[in-house]
Amino acid sequence: MSLIDLTLAQARAGLRAKTFSARDLTAAHLEAITALNPTLNAFITVTPEIALAEAEAADRALAAGTAGPLAGIPLAIKDLFCTEGVRTTAASLMLETFVPPYESTVTAKLRDAGAVFVGKTNLDEFAMGSSNLTSAYGAVTNPWRRAGDDTPLVPGGSSGGSAAAVAARLALGATGTDTGGSIRQPASFCGIVGMKPSYGRCSRYGIIAFASSLDQAGPMARTVEDCAILLGAMAGFDPKDSTSADIPVPDFQAACTRGVKGLRIGVPREYAAPGMPDEIAALWHLGRDILRAAGAEIIDISLPHTEYALPTYYIVAPAEASSNLARYDGVRFGRREDGADLIEMYERTRAKGFGDEVKRRILIGTYVLSAGYYDAYYLRAQKVRSLILGDFTTAFARCDAILTPTAPSAAFAQGEKMDDPIKMYLNDIYTVPASLAGLPAMSVPVGQSQEGLPLGLQMIGRPFDEETVFAVAAEIERAAGFSARPAIRAGVSA
Amino acid sequence: MPLDPATVRRIAHLARMHIEDDDIPRLQTELNGILGWVEQLGAVNVEGVKPLTGAADMALRMRDDAVTDGDIAEKILANAPERAGDYFVVPKVVE
Repeated sequence: MSLIDLTLAQARAGLRAKTFSARDLTAAHLEAITALNPTLNAFITVTPEIALAEAEAADRALAAGTAGPLAGIPLAIKDLFCTEGVRTTAASLMLETFVPPYESTVTAKLRDAGAVFVGKTNLDEFAMGSSNLTSAYGAVTNPWRRAGDDTPLVPGGSSGGSAAAVAARLALGATGTDTGGSIRQPASFCGIVGMKPSYGRCSRYGIIAFASSLDQAGPMARTVEDCAILLGAMAGFDPKDSTSADIPVPDFQAACTRGVKGLRIGVPREYAAPGMPDEIAALWHLGRDILRAAGAEIIDISLPHTEYALPTYYIVAPAEASSNLARYDGVRFGRREDGADLIEMYERTRAKGFGDEVKRRILIGTYVLSAGYYDAYYLRAQKVRSLILGDFTTAFARCDAILTPTAPSAAFAQGEKMDDPIKMYLNDIYTVPASLAGLPAMSVPVGQSQEGLPLGLQMIGRPFDEETVFAVAAEIERAAGFSARPAIRAGVSA
Repeated sequence: MPLDPATVRRIAHLARMHIEDDDIPRLQTELNGILGWVEQLGAVNVEGVKPLTGAADMALRMRDDAVTDGDIAEKILANAPERAGDYFVVPKVVE
């Protein structure tokens, strides 16, 4: 088997058995990036020299017996994680020349574990989007194609570059961030696995902030076990993040083999809204059948405020974004446009540095926080958010995990759904509720659409019970046996 | 209540975002579309509900009141669009 087709777990075993070197493994992935990145645009910045140096260091550590758990594993890093000395753009012109003088906690942990970073992946600007079409560095192309149709499709977003890179075999795994679905929806669109852990599980220190009460880092990889291995290295208490949870990190990899016997799996009736496409409904049924056959009990649950989750999110997230993005003022770092006075300098810098979607969200956020409108919009949204969390708390008294589709459709074409921002927002209809409630949630590829595109199911767990989520995800992965591969991938001539 | 052009301009100023006159009709339509859509939250009974400010049910931690960092002026200024010595430079504020 070619080095780029290995799972992360297989690569780790091969490195330890000295079947191949970390240098060879990294070189194979760098070669794949050189061949395919011009087509996919999954990376904004590729760092071959750094990667090869890190790989050689991993080889030395492996030889000396001092290797960390991810020694020599090539990973792609979403360009929202600050990496010391390596340009970090958030896919915005605002940060086109920004070189962080410090490292995010999550990437520092991955480096400490021995991982090799091949580059920084593309995303929607400041992680605001579900298609990767808002990147200032050009759209990412999904490695998948509809059967018999060459139309370029979106990879989802915002972690679309990470998802495309992993699907096309340009890296063994990647980091993503998820505010309303930005790990899970692109994972579903690209036929890979993506896990958003509980809020507080991974440190947010050094991750460029979008909506601080929602942002959470997580792993993306081609198997559930690979995600479990990565999360084990990414997670953990960090005093530098005031919302980091000071609780032990369990053995996520071990949880993957627990099985689901005796678990109660909730199926929320409100998610079966009219208009759910037949193939999504059929996929959801398949997931239930798999879990029932494996010994789980499927129960009907109600999450009555589901329909209000998206409008709540589109008040809370822009409000927090407008506050977080106030720091981009042309003074201390990032882009500056000249102006006659300080105010004009701010206004011209922000007008030039931000793209349309970011501006839209800043304006909405500014409005809902402004005097006279705060109570009607922001305070009300926070109360509805409370009710949404309450729905989950009630449901989890009766079930151990919740099963839903990840997204309402397969990947769509670049240019579709662009006429109306709300149409784009509806992509996150199934992922946003768990984000608002801070719950761990994961997408696993289960089947294909009639057009041959991957479709994922989502499993949601109790706060800090990622282990049950991994157990359910691994069971579905085993039984579904999803083995389809994208049209554009390394090792196949495009 | 739909936003009028003057309100769009006022929000843009609050957000310190320059907008061209030509952009106002488009922004007005887009913002009104989004605000009209989120209006549906008005139908939810939130009587007596406590607002949820964050996803995590946790209290903020206290830490020792001690200096833990510093002496990194060069790092802090490394990305400055304009600097003079150890200072950020901005357009003249006081006449």
